[in-house]
Order: sequence, then structure tokens, then C-alpha cells
Amino acid sequence: MRYTPLKFKESAIKALKDENLRRNLNRAINHTLSRRAIVVSELSDWENLRQIAHDIKKHTIENLDYYLELFEKNATENGIKVLWARDATEARGYVLDIAKKSNAKLCVKSKSMVTEEIGLREFLEENGIETIETDLGEFIVQLAGEMPSHITAPAMHKSRDEIGKLFAEKLGVEMTKEPEELTAIARKFLREKFLKADIGISGANFLVAETGSIVIVENEGNAGLSTTLPKIHIAITGVEKVIPRLIDLTVFFKILGRSATAQKFTSYVSIINSPRGGKQDSPDEIYVILVDNGRTEMLKSEKLKQALYCIKCGACMLACPIYQRVGGHVYGSIYPGPIGSVLTPAQVGFKEAKTLPFASSLCGRCYEICPVKIEIHHILLWLRHEIVESGFSSKFESLIFKLWLIGMKNIKVYRFISKLLRILSRLGIKPEVKSWSKTRSFPQFAPKSFKEIWEKELNGSNERKRPNI
Amino acid sequence: MKIGLFIPCFIDQIFPEVGVATVKILKKFGLELDYPIEQTCCGQPAFNTGYWKEAKDMAKSFIKIFSKFDYIVSPSGSCVTMVKNFYPEILQGEDLEITEKIFELTQFLVKILKVDSTGAEFEHTVTYHDACHALRELGIREEPRLLLKNVKKLKLLEMENSEDCCGFGGTFSVKFPEISTEMAKDKVNSIINSKAEFVTSTDSSCLMQIGGFIKKKGLNIKTIHIAQILANF
Repeated sequence: MRYTPLKFKESAIKALKDENLRRNLNRAINHTLSRRAIVVSELSDWENLRQIAHDIKKHTIENLDYYLELFEKNATENGIKVLWARDATEARGYVLDIAKKSNAKLCVKSKSMVTEEIGLREFLEENGIETIETDLGEFIVQLAGEMPSHITAPAMHKSRDEIGKLFAEKLGVEMTKEPEELTAIARKFLREKFLKADIGISGANFLVAETGSIVIVENEGNAGLSTTLPKIHIAITGVEKVIPRLIDLTVFFKILGRSATAQKFTSYVSIINSPRGGKQDSPDEIYVILVDNGRTEMLKSEKLKQALYCIKCGACMLACPIYQRVGGHVYGSIYPGPIGSVLTPAQVGFKEAKTLPFASSLCGRCYEICPVKIEIHHILLWLRHEIVESGFSSKFESLIFKLWLIGMKNIKVYRFISKLLRILSRLGIKPEVKSWSKTRSFPQFAPKSFKEIWEKELNGSNERKRPNI
Repeated sequence: MKIGLFIPCFIDQIFPEVGVATVKILKKFGLELDYPIEQTCCGQPAFNTGYWKEAKDMAKSFIKIFSKFDYIVSPSGSCVTMVKNFYPEILQGEDLEITEKIFELTQFLVKILKVDSTGAEFEHTVTYHDACHALRELGIREEPRLLLKNVKKLKLLEMENSEDCCGFGGTFSVKFPEISTEMAKDKVNSIINSKAEFVTSTDSSCLMQIGGFIKKKGLNIKTIHIAQILANF
């Protein structure tokens, strides 16, 4: 994928004017957030669960090498082949090798953000292997030639009317905007692909170290089909998805469904332990590709490390007042919204993504909703500092803050400027910041500063001298 | 009990009446109050924009000025957050007793002085905007509401989405004015729907954003800092 986070502002301004997009986003987000509030309030110990989930993730990330090796050992003993990919190229290479070796022509894919991250579908298609997204939302964005706009609801930006038109155009079916009919069309189309597919590709929500299991949660049954019907199953996932014990799932299942899709529990859970071994509903070969792609680099920073706790639920996106108004595409990266503004600069560098950490009012909603308590808003602040330190801020801005410091640090300079601005203001010369004033009237200096009032009227406190409030 | 009054730079220059109201309230409770005249800014604008060196410089002089007090009180949740929550970030390893001593005005009244009323009277309908820093960094939700409910003749009308950000966000408001203004617009719509005459908050920065939008649009709602309501006795 081509990253375009530097165009965030330009794209956001366009998105703000797109009433249709706003309507679609509002409907989807309000619906999910209001249902989420209900399913969260049903649990008496939500805050406690968040803390436990945070602690498990923290412990795992602190001991990532240990748990990954334990997972590899146990999965290998179960007959799963574990492959380590340093970057996107290596990960794609593994998949192509497997496909070539088995002479595969058709891949069915269930939802996986890591495959988006490594550009797998495009790569396989370039190599002559038809690759079909089977998650309904992903299928829709694939047909439309777009990127997912949200990590768990990829087609959130589209209305059913738009989807109906898309299906009619691309699949040659009759136009309908009934959700049941649209789902049936996709189902019919995809069912044939499932039956013919040579390889099924999935992501993983969790990898359980103590049992070597791959855990996938989903609602459409497509992950179940992708991982059982084809002869080969390849699970591609980030190294941060490992958790220590099977029992830890009891915590994560409670928070993930509620945070991602406002459900108490997803419709399906697959816990995949080993290939066929005489069982009907299992592939002959199972591979797990553990993708690093910049993740272990993040381990080196105490701040960025936290972002590896992320279970990719997408709740921070829904809660973010910026995302709510502009949607996911404008971020120009695989992971949009608040957590994306942390992950993208970490993965592609400040030069490409320096805009994103500033695209936040730092309101803290992302942290408030995050089921694993990642302090996203504070990491964004820290990233701003790193960006400035690395010399990626403008010379003009650096100068402004140098002058600001002179004005603020020396009380004489502060008072002199304060007086000067008041005199100018009385002469009708008022400072303005254009980007503020266009839509909001600019605040004016008060006739007297508080300092002056304190010195002349308040200090020593004479009741009669006190001005009216 | 020696109280140091911290009046943030922009309140000093633009909203001095908020400082005056704060003095009036604190004096009512017989507190020994001092306003160190050499104070200016807590450093938040620089910190928030990534200029931590400059912010650190300001933090050091802030601590020098205020460390002699038993408590430091300020009518700004955001600036208190800077000192309480973010000084430890930029001044790692230094003595930060100050973070324990600084309080936002309403929190100081309710949690430290343990009062639930200032004896004020305000014959208007008022809606309360939860400022993000006050709410999510300092945990202030009930304190301002309790004090407002006990203002004589005041009718508190809660708006929907009172916890939604107004879109100010410091330099965010000028770096991304279009998004920031959209957020202000939605906030103002919630305020209008509450049918209140006044919108109040713990933070003048939010009120500057909300008020700026209201004034530009020529709407008939007034912004007022909570200290000004509580000092109306």
C-alpha cells in the first residue's frame, strides 16, 4: 500500500465536506457506541477487566521472546509449521513459496490487518494467484478498489445503497439495498470460491503460548471456512498477538467482542491446534507466519512498547472525535485513528508520518475506551516531542517557541509585551491568528491584566476597591 | 495554610475577571492567599506542541515560584494537569512535591476545603461542559456539579454529550482549524439543545473556543467561567 499520512489535513478537509460520508460514519459509530455502552455496563468489573488485560499484555510484551519461543515449540509439536518474517518482503515470500509449491491458483482470505500491512493480496494477484477477501466488509472494499476505513468494520464508510450499486456493477446482479439480499449475494459468490480454494489465509486474534493454538474470533463464519475447507491454512499475524495461557482468553473474550463490535461474544470462535491427523474438518498443512515488520524496534522504547498491547479492536477509532468526523481513509495508513497515529510513525518513520501525532485534540477518549489501557493520548504527546527533537518541525514554529520562552521566562519582558499589546490594541492594531479567526472570533486582551488588578485593587484586600464581577 | 494562587497566562491577559472571582471565593473561606506576581505560564503550549525543552525551562521556574506554598489553586483544569500530570514526564528524577499540592479550584473547594456551596446566587439556567483535562486527567466530574447545584436560583440543565471535546486542544485548534471548528459546532449544538442561557466550565480555554464560535455565529448563548458563577455572592 502507498502510505499518504502527510496528506492528512488536505484529505480531512475534503472529508469534512462529504455529507454522505459523515452520515454513514455517524450512523455506524453512534449505533456501535450506544450498544457498546450497554454491553459494557452489564459487567460489574469492567475497569478491573481492563486492568487485568493490560497486565497480561504488559507481562507478555516484557517477555515476548520467551512466549514466542514457547508458542513455536508447542505449535511445532502439534504439527504446525512456524515461520518468522522480519519484514513484509519476507512474509510475502513465504506465502508465495507455499503457493508455488502446492501449485495454488486461488486463495480465500479472512480478515487480517497484518496482510493489509504487508500488501499480501495485491502481491499474490501480481503473481497470478487469485485472492478473494471473504469478510463481507473486506469483500466490499476489495470490489470497490479501496482500503478498509476501520480495522474491524472495513466498509463502515459505505451505506447499503452504495453497496447495492457496487454489487450490481461489479457482480452483475440486480440492484438491491436490503441487507439480507446483499449478504445473500456475497454468500453465494463466496461459497463457490471457498469450495475451489487451494489456500486459506487468515490472521489471528491470539496465539496461545502454552498450547501452541491459533485463536480467531469472527461473526460471519468465513474465517471458519477459510481455515478448514482449503488443504492449506496460512495464519499471518504480528508477533505481539501471543498470550501466555489458554485461560487468559476468558479475559480477552470478554473485552474484545464488547470493544470491537459491541457484542457480549462474537458468533464464532476457532481455536486451531493442529492439522488434519485424521480429522475431516481440518487442512493438511497449517502455517503460522510471525511478522515483525518494525514491532521489535518498538520494544526498544518504553513509550511505543505500550502500543504492542493493542488487540486491534478499533474502539479508539470510534471514540475519537477526529475519526468520527473524517473517517479512516484520510489517515493514509493501514491503521487509522488514535492507535494508528502511534503505529504509523513507528512503522514508516517521522518523515512520512509526522502529521499524525498532531492530528488529535488530546481529549483522552481513546485511552478511556481502550480495553487494554494503552495511554494513547500520552504517547501522542511524546511522539510530538520526538518529532520536534528529530528536527521535523518547521523553522517558523521553532522560532515562535523560542520567542515565547523569552516572553514567558522573564517577567519584565512579559509585562512589557503585555503593555505593548494593550497600547496597540487601543490603537486598533489587534493580533490575530488567521486559522483561528476564520471560523471563531479571536479573543481580545482585557483592558487591564489580572496582574494589574491584583497590584492595584486586590492585594492587601480592600473590599470596597474590589471590582464588580 | 498558605495558598498560592496560580492564574494562567491567558487568564491574566484575556479573562482577568476569572482570576478576580477566584480570589473572591478563596478569601470568603478565610484563606491566607498570595499571588506571586512573577508567575506567567506553566509551559503547556510548548509541551503540547512537542517543545519539551522550552516547557522544562518554564516548569523549573514555576516550581521555584510556587514551592513555598502549602497548596496551589488555579481556575484551570488544563494548566493544573500540566503541573500535576506532565511535570513528572519532563522533569524525571526531580523533586516534584508540587504535584501533590496543586488543585483545580472546584476540586480544591470540594475535596480539600470540604465545602459544597460558596453561598452564591445566580438566577439563570446553566449547562456544564466537562473540560477534557479536568475530566479525564484530574477526574473532576461531580465537584463542579455539586457546587453549581447549590448556587441559589441556578438551574443546572445537563446537555447531551457534555463529555465530548469542544475541539480546542491547544495548538490543535490552529493546526487543524477545520476539524476543530466542526467539533465546536457540535458542542454548541448540544449547548443550544440544553436550552440553557449560559454554558460554564472549569476551563477558560474551552470557553474561549466555544465562545469564539458562538460570537462568530452571533448566537444567543453566553459563556461564563464557573468561578464567576460561584463568586456571585
